[in-house]
Amino acid sequence: MNELREINKLRDIIAALFGSDAKKEEGQYPLSVLTYILPREKFADAARALKKAYALLAAEWATDETSFGRGFGIFACYRKGSEYLIVKVNVPLEDPTFPSLSKHFVPAYRFERQIQSLMGITPVGNPDARPWIKFEDWPQDAWPLRKAFNASKPLPRVEGEYKWVKAEGEGVYEIPVGPVHAGIIEPGHFRFQAVGEDIINLEERLGYVHKGIEKKFESMSWENGARLAGRVSGDTTVAHSIAYCMALEAMTGCKLPERAHWLRAIFLERERIANHLGDIGAICNDAAFSFMLYQLSRLRELILRTNYKLFGHRFIMDKVIPGGVAVDIDSTGKKEMLSELDNISKDFEKLVVIYEESPSLEDRVRDTGILRPERARELCVVGIAARASGLNLDCRIFNPFPPYDRHDRIELGVPVLITGDVHARAWVRIQEIRESIRITRYMLENFPDGEIISSFTRPSPGISGFAAVEGWRGEIIYWLQAGPKGEINRCMVRDPSSVNWLGLEQAIPGNIVPDFPLCNKSFNQSYSGHDL
Amino acid sequence: MIRILKQIFRTGIVTEPLPRETEGEVEEVGARLQEAIRKRFRGSLTIRQVDAGSCNGCELEIHAINNPIYNCERFGIHFTASPRFADMLLVTGPVTHNMEIALRRTYNAVPPPKIVVAVGDCGCNGGIFGESYATLGAIDKVIPVDVHIHGCPPTPVALLHGILKAVEK
Repeated sequence: MNELREINKLRDIIAALFGSDAKKEEGQYPLSVLTYILPREKFADAARALKKAYALLAAEWATDETSFGRGFGIFACYRKGSEYLIVKVNVPLEDPTFPSLSKHFVPAYRFERQIQSLMGITPVGNPDARPWIKFEDWPQDAWPLRKAFNASKPLPRVEGEYKWVKAEGEGVYEIPVGPVHAGIIEPGHFRFQAVGEDIINLEERLGYVHKGIEKKFESMSWENGARLAGRVSGDTTVAHSIAYCMALEAMTGCKLPERAHWLRAIFLERERIANHLGDIGAICNDAAFSFMLYQLSRLRELILRTNYKLFGHRFIMDKVIPGGVAVDIDSTGKKEMLSELDNISKDFEKLVVIYEESPSLEDRVRDTGILRPERARELCVVGIAARASGLNLDCRIFNPFPPYDRHDRIELGVPVLITGDVHARAWVRIQEIRESIRITRYMLENFPDGEIISSFTRPSPGISGFAAVEGWRGEIIYWLQAGPKGEINRCMVRDPSSVNWLGLEQAIPGNIVPDFPLCNKSFNQSYSGHDL
Repeated sequence: MIRILKQIFRTGIVTEPLPRETEGEVEEVGARLQEAIRKRFRGSLTIRQVDAGSCNGCELEIHAINNPIYNCERFGIHFTASPRFADMLLVTGPVTHNMEIALRRTYNAVPPPKIVVAVGDCGCNGGIFGESYATLGAIDKVIPVDVHIHGCPPTPVALLHGILKAVEK
């Protein structure tokens, strides 16, 4: 009963506050995620009310609905506990503006810059009108997400200037870094203002790997969309394709065989283990403790090799497809995975002891790059970064798909720390590897029989679907909308990095310049997943 | 400290022997790589990796050739942060509109012989992203490419193969 009361909370607030002004949108799936249409001027009022009820902003995006004979739609998705709620307002073509949410939710400020840059709808009241992802050399009126935009034509370059945040004063200097920056890494630009060694401000500039993914979806078939989703962020290929497929399956009412769900969960946990192993090693390496990098990258390689042997791809790419999965495991595969996990967990535990007992490492990772819990909440960060800063968020608990919904059997432990430093983010990963190994063992021992794929039908026109999946970085959200002919009209992708980059920006001031790589590694955000 | 030493000795050198299915391949590529790098680059080949728009999948596999199992350093290959010290650019794609200028500048900063290797299907032909307002597609549309390594992403062995092809050229 308690749970039921909780589920109804956000929607009750909207219903109570706006009465007949709030209309429930039909054709939104799954039915547990409600969408309310509000009058445009009430958009920010809803945000204020939901914030008071301790909801967090999960995403904000825009749609071009001219193919339905309407104008634009602006959406905000809120999360509280296990409840997701979407608020939509309609925006007429001739007056493309909407009230900004940035007064109530900090991450809105970046979501809205993106809406303004790519869809050309102005958030009224947003203090930062600079474009985001759209660079200064794009033509002003190039709004790629609009239907009228011709996406196949190359963009011309025009003159323009980006206004950086400036700091002045005696001894203040600036360090620009990137986009081609240290090592083997994705491109991004970071600009530090520093006094001596101390950083007083960090400004990020992203968008270098903007590949037009959201626009690309609109020209693809629903089946091929899963392949593109698997390439939004190569390190999270499994979680992204699961999220895409789940949103799509919710729209079509496609019911997956139990075995397909479990296989997806195994893929997801293997992806988590592999990436966390690599990350912990890389964090230690950036603290000049390369021993751990080599030890852990060896373990990571073992996982990838088993993936290749059992599933035919080192990252298990393209194995999650609409309606199920493309690859099964047999009893020898299960045995192999179990013995592999035994070996890895034995070595891993020895390395954890070394991690804990090395004072030189401890000195670097503790109290470095702190993201305070209250700040993390303000920024609505998700995933590892949230759990290291006191926010108990995990879609595997709050928005589970089978087998995670068997809370009584799996008893998934979610590590939550409150120090918010590099160590906390490393430690959350260590705990998660342990949990992932444990629940993978449980799953392998209790694996259900049956089919691995069910028939998949295309969604009917006009409906939309939502899904949230816990990738290794954190919550991934997909929102799909079918057009009037049943094609993909809009595919909104929200990688955890879209919000967590703000967390990094806030964790850096007060640290010394040489600690930046260490802090950055501890967040290890996706550039590609953010830039899209 | 004792624990670290113990773990190091317990783990031993994992670079050899390699798992059977790749053993022959890596060893053969490795011997020729070492020979070619010794002859042409006095034993040391320095690479700058440039992500011109990839999804990060290729980067993970490029990281993997540095792990103790593939251990590319034994052949004299190492990665540098500055293009000015690089003999070779390992470029992943598709080249985005927003990265085009940075890629050209990086290329210009590399001293001759400026070997360029395009990595991954996207780097070779644009891959699933193709050409659009945001992407220019293949890397050879922007800078001259010597060798292409296909795959989504290419495996570490395929990467070593491709680097060898470029060095022997």
